[in-house]
Amino acid sequence: MDLPTIIQTVANSIVAGSVYAVIAVGLAMAFGVMKMANFAHGEFFMVGAYTVYVFYALMGWPFPAAVLMAIPVVALLGVATERFIFRPTRENVLAGFMATAGLAFIMQVLVGQIWGVGLMRSVPTPYMGAMDLAGARVGWQRVIVIPSAAVMLLALWYFLRHMKAGKALRACAQDPETARLQGININRMTMLAMAISGALAGLAGALMAPIHPVTPYMGHSVILTAFIVVVMGGMDSIAGAIIAAVLLGFIHTFVTTLSDAVTAQMVGVACMAVVLIVRPQGLLGRVKA
Amino acid sequence: MTRENWIFAVFLAAVLAAACAAPFMVRPYSLEILIIFMINLILVCSYRIPAMTGDWSLSHVVMMGVGAYTTALISQQWELSILLTVPLSAIVAGIVGYIIVMPMIRTRGFGFFIASFAIGEFVRLTWVKFRDVFGGPRGMIGIPSGEIGAIDLFFPVPKYFFVLVIALICLTIMYRLGRSRIGSTFTAIYKDEELAEAIGINVPHYRALAFATGTFFAGIAGALLAHHLGAIDPKNFDINTMVYLIIWIVVGGSATFWGPIVGLIVMTFAFEWSRPLLEWRPLLFGGILIFFLVFLPGGLESLWGKIRDRLAPRGGGGEGPASSAAADE
Repeated sequence: MDLPTIIQTVANSIVAGSVYAVIAVGLAMAFGVMKMANFAHGEFFMVGAYTVYVFYALMGWPFPAAVLMAIPVVALLGVATERFIFRPTRENVLAGFMATAGLAFIMQVLVGQIWGVGLMRSVPTPYMGAMDLAGARVGWQRVIVIPSAAVMLLALWYFLRHMKAGKALRACAQDPETARLQGININRMTMLAMAISGALAGLAGALMAPIHPVTPYMGHSVILTAFIVVVMGGMDSIAGAIIAAVLLGFIHTFVTTLSDAVTAQMVGVACMAVVLIVRPQGLLGRVKA
Repeated sequence: MTRENWIFAVFLAAVLAAACAAPFMVRPYSLEILIIFMINLILVCSYRIPAMTGDWSLSHVVMMGVGAYTTALISQQWELSILLTVPLSAIVAGIVGYIIVMPMIRTRGFGFFIASFAIGEFVRLTWVKFRDVFGGPRGMIGIPSGEIGAIDLFFPVPKYFFVLVIALICLTIMYRLGRSRIGSTFTAIYKDEELAEAIGINVPHYRALAFATGTFFAGIAGALLAHHLGAIDPKNFDINTMVYLIIWIVVGGSATFWGPIVGLIVMTFAFEWSRPLLEWRPLLFGGILIFFLVFLPGGLESLWGKIRDRLAPRGGGGEGPASSAAADE
């Protein structure tokens, strides 16, 4: 590999890592609060991309507005999922997970029937041109993913650390029973967690819409990666998810450049298996009592 | 024998007689469905073995694929009899299952589910990646239907009886296994892992054993599927197929041996009836899955127990084969 290729690959790795981070943090967040494991998280990502397709490519809204629209749309989807799937199956993690697998089927069919299954929907690139980095060229469309992801994650961090609702959410994640005794409404907190989780997935999908092929089945490849990241990071650890996401972003991109995408997936899974053997609770996971 | 045992024996004989008469009564297309049904029967029952210890996996269909690919490879390499390819594929699937469960054993419950998803995907991707051996995304073709002596299993009726006999053998073994000491050990691990450990059960060992046994039988189902279809590709064994298997189990319930079978029967009918609505089928099945998980978490088998309680409150009766449905959960 020559220098421009290396720079190019590093830049692509950071882009991939930040997208993985936004997706995986949403997944880890929902799992942290009341163990909601969402198999349809990849489909949330897909709906985010379709929101941009509808508002930007079909209706001609400005791109940033379309991206911002994806946040409430998918957040609402998250709230509905919490209310109708996770709340009734709260005492059984696997049941909620399997039911959301059914939800994933439903969403794929609905989106496919409304906007067509066959060819991918093309979302024109709003930001043409590329940034020149010592001989390597990185498209602006990819570059803007990095600050967008960073702003979103920083906002989440501020919310969780410094705002009352965020603190309540963390309390609920640590010990739901005690949190309830403090007067925290658990149902409202799980709803909030799913709204944030959905918003993050929707945002990631919206940002990726012009880069990633938009199809009803685009969530498939996302969900496996997201779960690898979350298991490596430690299931309910947000910081762990971010670290693992960046790590996996580099691994995936470098292996894809050197070999091919299938090998990259396999290496990712192998890394997860190693983490499971050496440190079953994940990189930053807490050991359960 | 108690009265319930007699009813059960008569019922079993009737099912067997119907199964033997079926190929001469139904249309060729229905026979095709019956063959697939028998293969799925082995698959769905084998899923219950690791599930008895509480380990729900998402790699079971991939393990079936290991059996199918082994069959494809060995029948391409050597001209072995179908009586050898099927057990050999099962053994390979069992060994692969034992290897992949080693990292997974460190996790429990939901973690196990996810780990099995990822590791199963790893196995499946090896078929996509190594084109020379496994044919890549296009898969492998030209798998012989096999023959026993002078009987060519290419024809539906002999093939049906072959699959029926294999399915009966497998089901009997799995049924006996579930009621044996080993089966009780599996259930003990599910009921209370720490207690099981305290009375000297080597929990990781038995969990690995349950998983490998499950994959062994899944390998048989895969071998039969490969011989039946004649061509396989990695898409046959992806997560969508796995979700359908989960739907059978959830609809039927997994507390007893009979739950998954009931689920498979019901969903096979649903699958055939929804044929005109082909592109809406995943939506329908997804809806069914959510409905059962939210409103009837015990599956159809738990319904049986509820009806019994309604008809004969505190009914005594012997330890009938289907009577423990409501006892669990």
